[in-house]
Amino acid sequence: MSPRAQVYILAALLALMGAGLTIYKNRDLGFPLLPGEYRTVWTIEAKVRFTADGDPVKAALTLPREQRNMQVLNESFSSSGYGFNVISEDDEHRAVWSRRSATGPQSLFYQLDVHQTPGAPLEQPLDLSTGVEKPFLGAREQEAVRQAIYSLVDTARERSADVETLTTQLLTALGDPRNQDRNLIFGYYKDRSLVDVALLVLAVADIPAHRIRGLYLEDDRRRLDPEDLLEVYDGKRWVVFEPHSGSPGVPENFFIWQRGGKSLLDVEGGRNSRVTFSVISNDVPAREVSMLSTSREKEALVDFSIYSLPIEQQSIFKLILLVPVGALVVVLLRVFVGLRTSGTFMPVLLAIAFIETRLFTGLSIFVLILILGLWVRFYLSRLNLLLVSRIAAVVVTVVILMGAISVVSYKLGIEQALTVTFFPMIILAWTIERMSIVWEEDGPYEVVVQAGGSLLVAVLAWWVMTNHYVEHWTFNFPELLLVLLGLILVIGNYTGYRLAELMRFRQLVK
Amino acid sequence: MGAFSLPQFLAKLRGGLVSPMALHRMGVLGMNARNINYIARYNDRDKYPIVDDKLSTKRAAKRSGIPTPELIAAFETQPSRSQVLKVIEPLWQFVVKPARGSGGKGILVVVGRDGDKYRKPSGAEVTAQDILRHVSNITSGLYSLGGKPDRVMVEALVDFDPVFDNYSFEGVPDIRVIVFRGFPVMAMLRCSTHDSDGKANLHQGAVGVGIDLATGRSCHAVQRGLRINRHPDTEMPFGKLQVPGWRDLVRLAASCYEMTGLGYLGCDIVLDRRRGPLLLEANARPGLAIQVANGVGLAGRLQHIERFDLEQLEKNVEERVSYSMRQFAASRTLR
Repeated sequence: MSPRAQVYILAALLALMGAGLTIYKNRDLGFPLLPGEYRTVWTIEAKVRFTADGDPVKAALTLPREQRNMQVLNESFSSSGYGFNVISEDDEHRAVWSRRSATGPQSLFYQLDVHQTPGAPLEQPLDLSTGVEKPFLGAREQEAVRQAIYSLVDTARERSADVETLTTQLLTALGDPRNQDRNLIFGYYKDRSLVDVALLVLAVADIPAHRIRGLYLEDDRRRLDPEDLLEVYDGKRWVVFEPHSGSPGVPENFFIWQRGGKSLLDVEGGRNSRVTFSVISNDVPAREVSMLSTSREKEALVDFSIYSLPIEQQSIFKLILLVPVGALVVVLLRVFVGLRTSGTFMPVLLAIAFIETRLFTGLSIFVLILILGLWVRFYLSRLNLLLVSRIAAVVVTVVILMGAISVVSYKLGIEQALTVTFFPMIILAWTIERMSIVWEEDGPYEVVVQAGGSLLVAVLAWWVMTNHYVEHWTFNFPELLLVLLGLILVIGNYTGYRLAELMRFRQLVK
Repeated sequence: MGAFSLPQFLAKLRGGLVSPMALHRMGVLGMNARNINYIARYNDRDKYPIVDDKLSTKRAAKRSGIPTPELIAAFETQPSRSQVLKVIEPLWQFVVKPARGSGGKGILVVVGRDGDKYRKPSGAEVTAQDILRHVSNITSGLYSLGGKPDRVMVEALVDFDPVFDNYSFEGVPDIRVIVFRGFPVMAMLRCSTHDSDGKANLHQGAVGVGIDLATGRSCHAVQRGLRINRHPDTEMPFGKLQVPGWRDLVRLAASCYEMTGLGYLGCDIVLDRRRGPLLLEANARPGLAIQVANGVGLAGRLQHIERFDLEQLEKNVEERVSYSMRQFAASRTLR
């Protein structure tokens, strides 16, 4: 195979691999393609309160199962003085706080961060009992209520076709204050909630049903009581109903805490126990959300990447990952434009320094050091030194100049110039040395051309490297480097003219 | 404001740029194409040291019987002061150059002496101290690629053939011949000018004179991209220029192919009054300015040779020279 074909195949493979990984990270892991994407993260806090009497205390709170469209990013428990553990029984997680003795009002906290993702909220089929326990309605004083319930169920059954419509009919009737039967039932069950009554009625109608406890996620809500939904078995699958509207489906923004099962909170050794919730929403950068959710799942691509490094090293890598972009700019400018620079990749190092110092400070410091350094170098050249000592002398001079610039500018109140230390000193010294040779051999004009070319490339590289999108992509999708590598390989095969050659050879055409 | 005309606007927008299509039609070879299609393809990396190090070039030339300027001394490492002085003391004219200098950098030419002062071609004087420093600079690698430590060569100054005296100002006129797979394909004479400060670099203002391969006469002359007919300093018309012993010179260039084994090669040749053409140096990455000097693109000639079959490529030096002189004759000369 010819080298050229190999280059194209290799470049295509690299590009495909890079693009594939990028798409995977975007689609499946939720890394945002564009910078500045935010996701809403809900922080839910459950507060368990009760009064203890000095006896041993044990409080058990049912923890939310992982709802399919709610990703739990983080959870924390706080309970001073209490022993704590999480136990799992029958598919249910419960947080258990315990203490040998406690007196007075007690507060226990459980906090979790969740993020809503698209998708169906509940898993089907659920392994829940579909048995129906018929309520006892045989007592004498229950005669009227029994009649009312049967009439309600019969009417609803007449007006419906299946379990789903029947449930809707029942819930509508139970929500209608003009309905005589309904008023009679609620009159009898004064202290029962709508969902309690609905469960009773559904049991009479021989429909398996249970309660779903949860919360509506709305920003800045405090001391919320859990809200209930109804879940009904239609013979094949479970359908959720919002009891007040009677409409099927889990309402949007509903966070399911407990599905079926037992009580939400059990307290032994305490009185007046109660659990309340508060909800706040935060807008968090999309990347952090992805990082949190993937770190829980130990996603290999994320776990074995630079994200697993400490934050400080990550910020260094943020800069290092920009270097290939700078190199690409140099390649483009040299291959397609034909700019002359002093030192092939010296402009990239300059550009990195500019990122730290800001452009104009960086430019002026560079020009200042170059001029002063050249001046010193011309004197040194008269001293008959060996090359290594001379360059070392220039390095020392550059360091002294940097120190002087920092001190003088600090005294003058120009804080920006303190960033001078970001300049690569050895590179500067070599640049000065090369420039002075160019000056001696080819004259000052060539120095201006080469220094100007280097600066132009450095500024362009700086401009690209500080681009918002480029920064975002290189750091969040380092696999794009493979695409970049492929691109550089392809450019390395370009045999066409350079822009500068269109100028250089113009006489040949006339 | 006149009526808006798109072609005119585009022409203005383009400035001095010509279209790449036009260059392609002219067979102009670009830098990228040269690097990939010729240098990378025909020049084996392991043969570079022969041309990159002028001492090796000299040695190889001696083996192949190619004449070069006389080597007086070579310093492998940093020489002591007395060593250098011992070498230059008896000399009146000499050249100090780095073995691995690139682009003619670091070459010090001494054309005469005035007691302790050494005279450069420009008339400027340097002391023995300056020469010692220059030697020290060379050995530390100031002029070599990548700053590697280098060796110093002291060569005899070429006794230039006076035929070019009036075509060069203060400098060394040399002839560059591009040899492709052993076939000389193009030649030019580089004349330094006052403008170029005695240097033979075209982009510094030296005059590039295209030389007709068939006859050794000038066919085209260019300074700073503009066509000229006379040398800007000496006013000598280039039309009268005729390189003496042209066939010998072309033969010398062609035999560099066997000497170096490089497929795409630039040979720099000077004419000595007594010895005739001498190989100054060979270059594995010859520049493209020769196209401007000749007013002709290289690509067509190179492609012509690329189409050769094996039998044609196995011709000997004499046959190749005859072929090239016949095939690549200029369409017209400056006469």
